[in-house]
Amino acid sequence: MAKVPGLIKGLGITFGTMMRTFKNGSNTVQYPHEKETPPIRARGVIALHQDNCTSCMLCSRSCPDWCIYIEAHKELAPPRREGGKPRQVNMLDRFDIDYALCMYCGICVEVCPFDALFWSPEYEYSEPNITDLLHDKTKLSEWMETVPEAPELEVGADKKKK
Amino acid sequence: MTILNDPVSAKLGNRQQLSYIASQAADARLNVELETEGMTLNIGPQHPATHGTLRIIARLDGEQVVWAEPSCGYMHRGYEKLTEVRTFPQVTTLVNRIDWLGSFANEVPFILAAEKLMGVEAPPRAQWIRTILFELSRIANVSLFLGDLGVQLGAITPVFLAFRDREYVLNLIESATGGRFHPNFDRIGGLKDDLPAGWIDETKVVMKKLRNFCDEIETLLFGNEIFQSRTRGIGVIPRDVALQYGLSGANLRASGVDWDLRRDQDIALAYNKVDFKVWTHPDGDSFARCWIRLQETREATLIVDKLLDGIPSGPVMAKVPKIIKVPEGEAWVSTENPLGEMGYYVVSRGDLGPFRVKIRSASFNNISITPWLLRGVYVPDIITILASLYFILGDIDR
Amino acid sequence: MFALLAVEIPYWGQSLLRVLGGLVAVLLPAGTIVYLFLFKMMSFMQSRLGPMEAGPYGSLQLVAEVGKWLQKEDIQPESADKPIFKMAPIVVLMSTFLLVVVVPFGPDAWFTDFETGVFYALAVSSISVLGILMAGWSSANKYSLLGGLRAAGQLIAYELPMVLAVMGVVIQAGTMNLQQIVFAQNASSMFGFDGVGNPYVLTQFVGFVVFMIAIQAELTQAPFDMPIAESELVSGYMTEYSGFRFLIFFIGEFATAGVFAMIASTLFLGGWGIPFAWFGWTSMDDVSNWMNIAGPIIVITKMLVLTFLIMWVRFTYPRFREDQLQRFAWKVLIPVSLANIMATAVLKVAF
Repeated sequence: MAKVPGLIKGLGITFGTMMRTFKNGSNTVQYPHEKETPPIRARGVIALHQDNCTSCMLCSRSCPDWCIYIEAHKELAPPRREGGKPRQVNMLDRFDIDYALCMYCGICVEVCPFDALFWSPEYEYSEPNITDLLHDKTKLSEWMETVPEAPELEVGADKKKK
Repeated sequence: MTILNDPVSAKLGNRQQLSYIASQAADARLNVELETEGMTLNIGPQHPATHGTLRIIARLDGEQVVWAEPSCGYMHRGYEKLTEVRTFPQVTTLVNRIDWLGSFANEVPFILAAEKLMGVEAPPRAQWIRTILFELSRIANVSLFLGDLGVQLGAITPVFLAFRDREYVLNLIESATGGRFHPNFDRIGGLKDDLPAGWIDETKVVMKKLRNFCDEIETLLFGNEIFQSRTRGIGVIPRDVALQYGLSGANLRASGVDWDLRRDQDIALAYNKVDFKVWTHPDGDSFARCWIRLQETREATLIVDKLLDGIPSGPVMAKVPKIIKVPEGEAWVSTENPLGEMGYYVVSRGDLGPFRVKIRSASFNNISITPWLLRGVYVPDIITILASLYFILGDIDR
Repeated sequence: MFALLAVEIPYWGQSLLRVLGGLVAVLLPAGTIVYLFLFKMMSFMQSRLGPMEAGPYGSLQLVAEVGKWLQKEDIQPESADKPIFKMAPIVVLMSTFLLVVVVPFGPDAWFTDFETGVFYALAVSSISVLGILMAGWSSANKYSLLGGLRAAGQLIAYELPMVLAVMGVVIQAGTMNLQQIVFAQNASSMFGFDGVGNPYVLTQFVGFVVFMIAIQAELTQAPFDMPIAESELVSGYMTEYSGFRFLIFFIGEFATAGVFAMIASTLFLGGWGIPFAWFGWTSMDDVSNWMNIAGPIIVITKMLVLTFLIMWVRFTYPRFREDQLQRFAWKVLIPVSLANIMATAVLKVAF
């Protein structure tokens, strides 16, 4: 009595799964034809909002594997008020992220004091050549369009946000 | 043969050792005339059963192992050294990668150690969410073990079922933390963010699916007579030996030691707020180890369900300075990770980063028993025993 | 066989047709099995779809795979025994081709009509052991050697229950000619009821189960796949083979599965026949000519049912250990099949 059922029940499980796949379709997704939407918080790629960046280098310094390259020069901008001194601003020359090195930890996004870096769930940017994964500021700015709104928080969360 | 004081484990341990001695004696009598040379079989570093680059050097007599020795370090990444040149917030993203199947669980003990040094404690809501994610990563880790077990023993279907249902858990982790495999969600003093809306209900649905998966695996694999005959009585670790070799986690509980850090230590996690059963098994063989893990996965889904019902409201971040400097001192925190006890000994000199971090990872201690355990078994049993000991290569080599 | 064509075909033409027929009879089932069961059924059992891109619903995937294997480099280990290394896959495939020769596909559609067809089939099937041993030994690889030795031990152990299981059929049919066995199953009746003929799967159920288990082991499918055992011995005797040599092993594996299933369906499920009572046929000559066309289709259908069983078990069960497998063969299967022979013989005499 005890000998047979274990083996037979196992066959039942595989057969049941087969029938379920016939009826309800598979659990897999046929990737290039249909795509799953990643969750809002998914860390897909880092987008750059250029106007907010003051090239303060905080992100570059806090990156655990130093994959952010920033170059900037100082320029004099016209003064805010009439007759004032001309302001000194940092002009961003280069903002590159090497996605071949990036660990997608999100520390740079967090430390940015001026909200210039954002996470986007975009994930389709693989390259056949590893050196092509070094993306410059124009490319990073293009990803700004894919950045979603932050999600609503679960009940009981502290509502006051930064 | 000096191990055995406890009568139950003495019987179990003796059975394996004595049968080995008996067969060796029989062979010796036979081999006087048919003296054959043994064969050294390298299992690994590239071998499907070592899931990674573990190398087991086995000296074989026919298909029987005379002597075996694990040789690890092929994937050493030097985390202890790397942490010395990182700041505290940067370390969590590194240690995520130690046990890559249950990443979130790796961060927790480190963060707890750092918090201990700084004297801050995460708000209750953060502690509860940490515990939930900790258990989710345990489920993600062990459910894959349950599937992989099938592959090691020759059944191909369980692993796909495991991947299918593990995906739901990973989706949950991703929607809460943003990272599927490497969440990096813990911060010193709390969590990066609160849960997104609807997450609790979603989790409850998934937990039901996971319990269903556990039932499926139980019928498909654990109820199978072939599986039982492959695992029962194979690789018996008696209680004393398990303790001597410093095993932890399910491997220790399968030898009948009722020891679980989740229950037995007072730590800044929400485990003491819920009731849960710590499963133990008296046998100590491969079947017991696998069975314990199955029960623990099921138990973990129940823990998550209970925790979800009682999440307190409030902030998820305590007050900590923006630039974290950990005061001078030393702290040791260990938790019950999916693979066993994992702990961090953090030494700080008051800098931005730790001065020295010692990582105690479970798998390294768990495989240290293999030379003792593999003596006298057959080649197929090596695979069974390695699978049932359950190690992650990153966790061995770090 | 060529009577129905009503043309005189020279001997070389007949031989050519036979070779072509043999190729079709081996490769077509193999391809069908691989696509239907290995690609699709396994995927569905694991809630996925399997190959979908090559051809409609992935149906040309096998062609793509064959193309891939043919392009691959032909790697031979340096210390391998080259001639034997090269010969091994061919020997394995050869046994499959030799095996299909005795399978009858219709009243006149057969390759040869052996009086001792069963005996020949069982003898020829063990040639593959030789090929596997050759592959295991000549690869100069410890894993291959272990796999080859395991395969030899296993195949020899399971040859015996297979022979003993068939013995019951032979006693009941009173002949070793496969064609006659098919006839005996379809023309006779069970306890006076001739609606389904007398397929031996009903009267020889024990023999059928033992035979199916034995061919499962003979084909080295899980739970008896220790010679291949990809998680222990990497791929056993096939470890060192790549490219088209591996392809030959691969075809050999699934073609043999098909051919064994055909033999099992001939022995136990009535082969190409459908119960003759439906059409009022009483002797071999009565069987009308269209059975030559319908016969192969019926055989293939029954074969697919049996391969479904084989594959279903394969995808569900974990594998035995080598000693457990031997114990199972010698202590369970052989006594059971001996008892079956005895019961069959007693009943044969009694009725």
